[in-house]
Amino acid sequence: MERVYLDNNATTIVDPAVKDAMDPFFTRMYGNPNSLHSFGTELHPYMKIALDRLYSGINAGDEDDIIINSCASEGNNTVIKSVYFDSVLKSGKTQMITSSIEHPAVSKTYRFLEELGVEVLWLPVNKDGIIHPDTLRSAIDPDKTALVSIIWANNETGLINPVQEYGEICRENGVPLHLDGVQAIGKIPVDMKKVYADFMTFSAHKFHGPKGAGGLYVREGNHITPLLHGGEQMAGLRAGTVNTAFMVGMGYALELAVQNLEFEAVEVRRLRDKLEDAILEIEDVEIIGRRDIRTPNTILASFRGIEGEAFLWDLNQRGVAASTGSACASESLESNPTFVAMDIAAELAHTGMRFSLSRYTTEDEIDYAIDAVKKSVTRLRGISSTSNNEYI
Amino acid sequence: MAKNDLIGGALWEKYSDKVSKRMNNPKYMGEISEEEASAKGAKLVVADFGADSCGDAVRLYWMVDPATDKILDAKYKSFGCGTAIASSDVTAELCIGKTVDEAVKITNLDVEFALRDTPDTPAVPPQKMHCSVMAYDVIKKAASIYKNVDMSVFEDEEIVCECARVSLSTIKEVIKLNDLKTVEEITQYTKAGAFCKSCIKPGGHEERKFYLEDILRDTRAEMERERLNSGPDDKAFGELTLIQKHKKVEQVIEESILPILNADGGSVEVVDMKEVDDYTDVYIRYKGACAGCASSRTGTYEVISDTLRKKADASIRVHIL
Repeated sequence: MERVYLDNNATTIVDPAVKDAMDPFFTRMYGNPNSLHSFGTELHPYMKIALDRLYSGINAGDEDDIIINSCASEGNNTVIKSVYFDSVLKSGKTQMITSSIEHPAVSKTYRFLEELGVEVLWLPVNKDGIIHPDTLRSAIDPDKTALVSIIWANNETGLINPVQEYGEICRENGVPLHLDGVQAIGKIPVDMKKVYADFMTFSAHKFHGPKGAGGLYVREGNHITPLLHGGEQMAGLRAGTVNTAFMVGMGYALELAVQNLEFEAVEVRRLRDKLEDAILEIEDVEIIGRRDIRTPNTILASFRGIEGEAFLWDLNQRGVAASTGSACASESLESNPTFVAMDIAAELAHTGMRFSLSRYTTEDEIDYAIDAVKKSVTRLRGISSTSNNEYI
Repeated sequence: MAKNDLIGGALWEKYSDKVSKRMNNPKYMGEISEEEASAKGAKLVVADFGADSCGDAVRLYWMVDPATDKILDAKYKSFGCGTAIASSDVTAELCIGKTVDEAVKITNLDVEFALRDTPDTPAVPPQKMHCSVMAYDVIKKAASIYKNVDMSVFEDEEIVCECARVSLSTIKEVIKLNDLKTVEEITQYTKAGAFCKSCIKPGGHEERKFYLEDILRDTRAEMERERLNSGPDDKAFGELTLIQKHKKVEQVIEESILPILNADGGSVEVVDMKEVDDYTDVYIRYKGACAGCASSRTGTYEVISDTLRKKADASIRVHIL
């Protein structure tokens, strides 16, 4: 076995069927969909199918919008800054609420708004690693709060937040709710008729679609100030020529992902559990977060005495790709904020290692990875000064 | 930012081959037992050092010949990232064959240099310089255990930037000598703050005793005080503040002018001073016999004016009120 890819929360392989579906739009049907001539209009049926797939994939209402954009970072920026322009600058709401375990696309956008004088509340997680609904309930202030932004499923832990309850709380208080749905879509059911969120963002490359394509769901009745001004694309809500190929690819990828949700819940989970059980056989290992509230593809584990970057390096030498939030593996020497917020395992910020599977992960790959993990642990604990004492 | 900065994920690509090799196959990783040491008639030293913010810890083993203080063998264990392992490995290697006194002179800069493939190319990207600092600290710890003294004995000056090993006195000196006004300039001159950036201001990777921002502010304030306190004689009249100029003028009047006027029962006082373009306008009022004296607007005036221009500064224009 040459290489095993267990970093599917970072990105996924494009489904070959999705690639085939995108192919005609590069050299054959390359028109600009806003042109009135046939090169433009011939694209419309395909774009309609893509929208149908996207709307049904997340069970959006026909009166809602799904704005096609470049990525979830763009979607998150659009929502947060739009609410800043519309509610904070114009209608006098002064506070915005988010959590301590957000992806940088959300957290750094809020840090930026903090510099502009917005009061931002950073909700903590409970012992299970999720934001308890009561935490949100006590923080929200209908007179002050302009927006609540919370991650649906966390990218590092896979832990799923009780978003349905957030929706109810926000609705009762008349405060819009923005969910970062990137790690939920394609892993667990996402139903915007059940979850009352006003905004929800997603990214195609996390569910076997192309990189550079994303979607922003906007519930009927919500206003969006565009992040990108310009042409009239996306009903004037997002300027920029629509990337037809990627839009088609994202639509098809979402349809396939939804069709595979059962496979994800059973087969991907089975392989994930197999890897997780094998990891748990290793001494001094802690798995972060209960399985029943975690996406079926994700494991975040802390291996006592093994620093994350060294582990990642060693696994990479053995052909296994995973991910660590260790400060030592960061360009800025900063620990991953989610790891810091997750006060579950004291050493997590240094020893956390994430394995994330996809529906393309095979049993052979998991067997190989189990062997590689065990060998790496043995080698690195042989070097380690802390694996069997209480020094740290 | 530039072309080379636009693609991320380049951390490992910046490691030298030597770093990679040491990470994959460390040479000195391991332990030394009491038995092994005593078999060679040597003393075993085991030193632990850890950095909380890094979550890194290293344990260094020395086998030291008590007769010569020479380190016969060295091994280590490390809970650390790849570069910390590579640095520890080279640290152990550099210790072997040296006396304890020689070993404490090994700095993290020596360790990093030993890991370079070519003398001009850093072995690790800037922020990972930090990972070698601990390997350096543990040597001091080992030496302090061997000699039964406090670790601070080996640290003769305050280090502000551990990564680049720049001391407080060096930074202050550079600020004063080159009249530095920004932290970026300090970094350009000394490399302090160029690596893990913890020493620039609070809130970085690691908590520090001194921060460049504070040192700069305090040193600038000190320079300003020195400038104000330095005797006016040391400076050109034009560089003095108005108050200092006033003092100078009063001094000249008291020493060189009043004795002449007083002899005739007269006197003079400075009422005001102004800086107008490049001139210093001094407004005076006669007192005593001078007030009605005929030469007060001719001869006496010229004496006062000439004396002040000669002994204080040529920029002075005297005005009588």
